[in-house]
Amino acid sequence: MTSLYIIIGYLALLIGLGVISNRFSKGTSADFFIVNRSVGSFLLLMSIFGTTMTGFALVGSTGKAYTSGIGTYGLMASWSGLIHSAVFFLVGIRLWAVGKRHGYLTQCEYFRNRFDSQGLGYLLFPILILLLIPYLLVGVISAGKFIQASTKGMFPEQFALNLPNGNPHPLSGGIPPELGGAIICGIVLFYVFFGGLRGAVWANTFQTLVFMITGVIAFWMISSRLGGLSAASQAVLDSEFAKPRAAREGLIGQAQFFTYCFIPLSVGMFPHLFQHWLTAKSAKSFKLTVVAHPIFIMIVWVPCILIGIWAAAHVGPLGPGQSPNSILGRMVESLVHSPVLSGLVGAGVLAAIMSSLDSQFMCLGTMFTKDIVLKKFGEDRFSDSQKVLIARGFILAIVAITYGLSVSLMNSAHVFDLGVWCFSGFAGLFPLVVGAVYWKGTTRLGAIACILVTAVTWSVLFYRDIIAVKPPGAEDELLIAGMMPVTFIVAASAISLVVVSLLTPKPADATLRKFFA
Amino acid sequence: VFGFLPIGLAYHAGYSIVAGLFWYLVSRFAWPESIEKWADEPND
Repeated sequence: MTSLYIIIGYLALLIGLGVISNRFSKGTSADFFIVNRSVGSFLLLMSIFGTTMTGFALVGSTGKAYTSGIGTYGLMASWSGLIHSAVFFLVGIRLWAVGKRHGYLTQCEYFRNRFDSQGLGYLLFPILILLLIPYLLVGVISAGKFIQASTKGMFPEQFALNLPNGNPHPLSGGIPPELGGAIICGIVLFYVFFGGLRGAVWANTFQTLVFMITGVIAFWMISSRLGGLSAASQAVLDSEFAKPRAAREGLIGQAQFFTYCFIPLSVGMFPHLFQHWLTAKSAKSFKLTVVAHPIFIMIVWVPCILIGIWAAAHVGPLGPGQSPNSILGRMVESLVHSPVLSGLVGAGVLAAIMSSLDSQFMCLGTMFTKDIVLKKFGEDRFSDSQKVLIARGFILAIVAITYGLSVSLMNSAHVFDLGVWCFSGFAGLFPLVVGAVYWKGTTRLGAIACILVTAVTWSVLFYRDIIAVKPPGAEDELLIAGMMPVTFIVAASAISLVVVSLLTPKPADATLRKFFA
Repeated sequence: VFGFLPIGLAYHAGYSIVAGLFWYLVSRFAWPESIEKWADEPND
């Protein structure tokens, strides 16, 4: 039960942060939505890093390294380190400046005004929502399942679970994922509801520290149980099953390895990151984020990748029905035998999941408030405190709907496949934000064509990968000529934006003066 | 105004450090200082 007490302690600290952040609230809508644009360098770094790193950074990366080897780091982490910082520098700072100058809170607000088109806002809004919802579901479901696995056997009478043949289920006695998901949703709702984006920023900072520190502690303890760092890696080379994982060749193709660079472009269109960018006190606040982001990714990912390949030597092949995502938990359980470390790793994984959930709930509440209610009835119709009240109502509704959907999809095998498709969709919209920020020649129709082509291309490829029945022996992951599908989505999106913009009337001079120095 | 480590992993971990160093140099010598002033100008 020690590990459960550590997780409860972590969750209690989050509630405390929610209470304290509420005390600091000024009660204004600017404070609730964007912390009065007062976030400095350190908090901006921690909140943005925490938001971009999901539970995949600890659990998924270890499992992926177990199956695909060290190439996982180059594929996902070092590309992200370079590209994320480039997007923060080239797009984030520009959008912060435009947002500050014109008082924007949401992407739709910016794009509507940049292209003088109300219709563009109505077209983009549902697409952003539809891409973000599966991302939320993955977070809630993985949190629920992780809590169940972490607490198995702790409540044998209350949560007994049997297999169809009557034998006890391996997860019997664990907190059911529906209840675990409800606890996580409730706690995130608490500090976002009362603390607004300040609550999320503070919680993200705490959560980022938790998952970075617990990852390093787990790495250190696991390596020492394996006889030290060198012995652990030597065991990989001595194992016929594990040795191929010390290289990329044969596990990840060249074309896939290269075209994965399009996935991190998604951060340029994440609505929740847009809102975090707006919280910055000044453009200089971005400096630490841009510089430290690749280093932070390395600190989190290198230990997890090593644990993953060490597991290939220590655990060997997995049995049928066993998920690679269980590798980190299995290594902690089988090697360390420490309920304290199990509790710390549990808190770390939940911290990584929750640090993305909170910003997403917050930004959806902001979007429904600004882009639907205030857009329809007018800004002046509501007082500042009424705007905050409306946003809180939407946040409550969004958390409830997300939780309801997660319960109904709790046992769907495809939910976790949606992650890369969410990222691919947002990456497909990246040419839209680049065109809006940098090219005066981008036209309203060019922007609309870009959004529509992204939606159609994404839908066709998504259908082929997730919905269509695959022939026997087909690869699990859809690759086209060895390349990631996102390559074709981004290419189609960029080409349509450029071609249609060149063929249609230019934006008005007054509009361009408003957005370009 | 872009030991205990398998060697491929060492290469890419080093790559992350070089990326951080690259962005540090950009922040020192190629930072868009004028954007601060533009953001603070009154909304026209």
